[in-house]
Amino acid sequence: MRRATLALARRSLRNTLRRPQFLAPLVAFPTLFLAVNTGGLSRTTDLPGFPQVHGFFDFQLAAAITQSLLLGGVASGIAVALDIEGGFFDRLVAAPVPRLALVAGRVLATGVLALGQVAWFLALGLIFGAHIEGGVPGALVVFAIGAVAGTGFGAIGVALALRARSASTVQGIFPLVFVILFLSSAFFPRELLSQPAKAVADYNPLSYIAEGLRDPIVSTVSAGPVLYGLLAAAALTVAMAWLAVLALRGRLAND
Amino acid sequence: MAAIEAHGLEREFKGGLKAVAGIDLAVEPGEVYGFLGPNGAGKTTTVRMLVTLLRPTGGSARVAGFDVAREPAAVRRRIGVALQEAALDNLMTGRELVELQATLHGFAPAKVAGRAAELIERVGLSEAQERRVGTYSGGMRRRLDLAMALIHEPEVLFLDEPTTGLDPTSRFTLWDEVRRLKGEGTTVFLTTQYLEEADQLADRVAIISAGKLVAEDTPAALKADIGHPHLNLTLAHGDYADAARTVVTEFGPLRDPDGEAHVAVELSQGATGIAGVVRALDEAGLVVEALELVEPTLDDVFLAKTGKHLEGADAPVEEAV
Repeated sequence: MRRATLALARRSLRNTLRRPQFLAPLVAFPTLFLAVNTGGLSRTTDLPGFPQVHGFFDFQLAAAITQSLLLGGVASGIAVALDIEGGFFDRLVAAPVPRLALVAGRVLATGVLALGQVAWFLALGLIFGAHIEGGVPGALVVFAIGAVAGTGFGAIGVALALRARSASTVQGIFPLVFVILFLSSAFFPRELLSQPAKAVADYNPLSYIAEGLRDPIVSTVSAGPVLYGLLAAAALTVAMAWLAVLALRGRLAND
Repeated sequence: MAAIEAHGLEREFKGGLKAVAGIDLAVEPGEVYGFLGPNGAGKTTTVRMLVTLLRPTGGSARVAGFDVAREPAAVRRRIGVALQEAALDNLMTGRELVELQATLHGFAPAKVAGRAAELIERVGLSEAQERRVGTYSGGMRRRLDLAMALIHEPEVLFLDEPTTGLDPTSRFTLWDEVRRLKGEGTTVFLTTQYLEEADQLADRVAIISAGKLVAEDTPAALKADIGHPHLNLTLAHGDYADAARTVVTEFGPLRDPDGEAHVAVELSQGATGIAGVVRALDEAGLVVEALELVEPTLDDVFLAKTGKHLEGADAPVEEAV
């Protein structure tokens, strides 16, 4: 199981890196969004009740990371759907591999890729003047939450692909990513959201993930947001991995 | 114990379409078993059930001694599968793909590279092994597919239309490999829509039509079962045709002549009747310009059993590319 999972994860990672048309949007799009948001809305920090931050750019970094990780999940789903459409998935199913490895390999690869995505945005932040207030321990926390959340988003993508079996259908959820993200506190502090957006954000796990990623960037590491962020990411990962396994079982049973 | 056996195997899809409607077959170890039928006859559905990719909705099947529905993992360890269209990952190199397959089949890390190199050399892809599969030709993809299917020396190899769309050279290369596998004692289940392929490679041929087996035997026995060879005669003058027909009827029933022949007669005594026909025509003063002995083909068998010709049956191998 371990060797098969690692081999499939290695293949998934290698293929992602060899598909620039898939890889580039994962960082390019959120980077562009970050630049536009920061440039146009920098005075948002002057709003009464806005948390004390070094700058709006620092605040938005977590949103860009969350957005990038979500897109990583979509890309992962598209890759699985392409495997299904092209018949390669059947080849894997016909091999004497534990069924769980077929899901675990891809999900693990998305988690590893998430480390690279987090590194990109932290490096970008440092280059353009962000302060990682939590220092090295804070950066490590961001990597940890990012990796767990990335794994969870990967599992969502895999579950969707196994249900939909079509890359275009998985690609169709792309706009939904933004809707869910805008209904969280990723781009704006929860305290300043008006109802019903605030109520939705209170129940949206992305809020806790984004806040967990943001805390070590805008302040010293505080237990509350980091713990909630980790818990939300872990809960999402477990729930979505379970859904992915159910989707795989459903697919194999129906075939 | 048969290498592959099926009893009343069925697969019904949603909407009530029964792609496979009760198949019984038994393939002996070391046998090359040809599964012949047109597109949509149920060949691929049968293969997908036998390789555990599709659950039967009726009947049962055992491969290498294990039940495909109840012991799929045991079946997968013992079979090699090369599915239609050579489903490969275009972004990986040939070597990476074969090594991945070796890892998935549980080869120890130290042995993965060696085994992969061995198979890549066997199928003649050593020079192309570091190229991405997306740059491979159809024939190269099929050979790579075969290498992957053989990585663990399977007891039973399933080849689903392995030469469809290939040029003649690639096709003959694959045929040679199938013959070599037979020589090594591997059981091969070969689906094809090419008559010549089944005729050349298979020890026994099963003909499937509309999800049911309509015939099964050795190619020679199947052909012998449906009738005798016939003789096409081209006469020096077309005016002789009526007289010639009268003469040759004593050797067998008349048939519709093929091509440019004027008269065709089925030889009730087989090929040994040729001399008698020629002698009788000579004695009647009818000059024969050309004659051709035509043996029954698997398409004749297909026609006799199903009432229709197999798709592409008339296409010689050189044209079927």
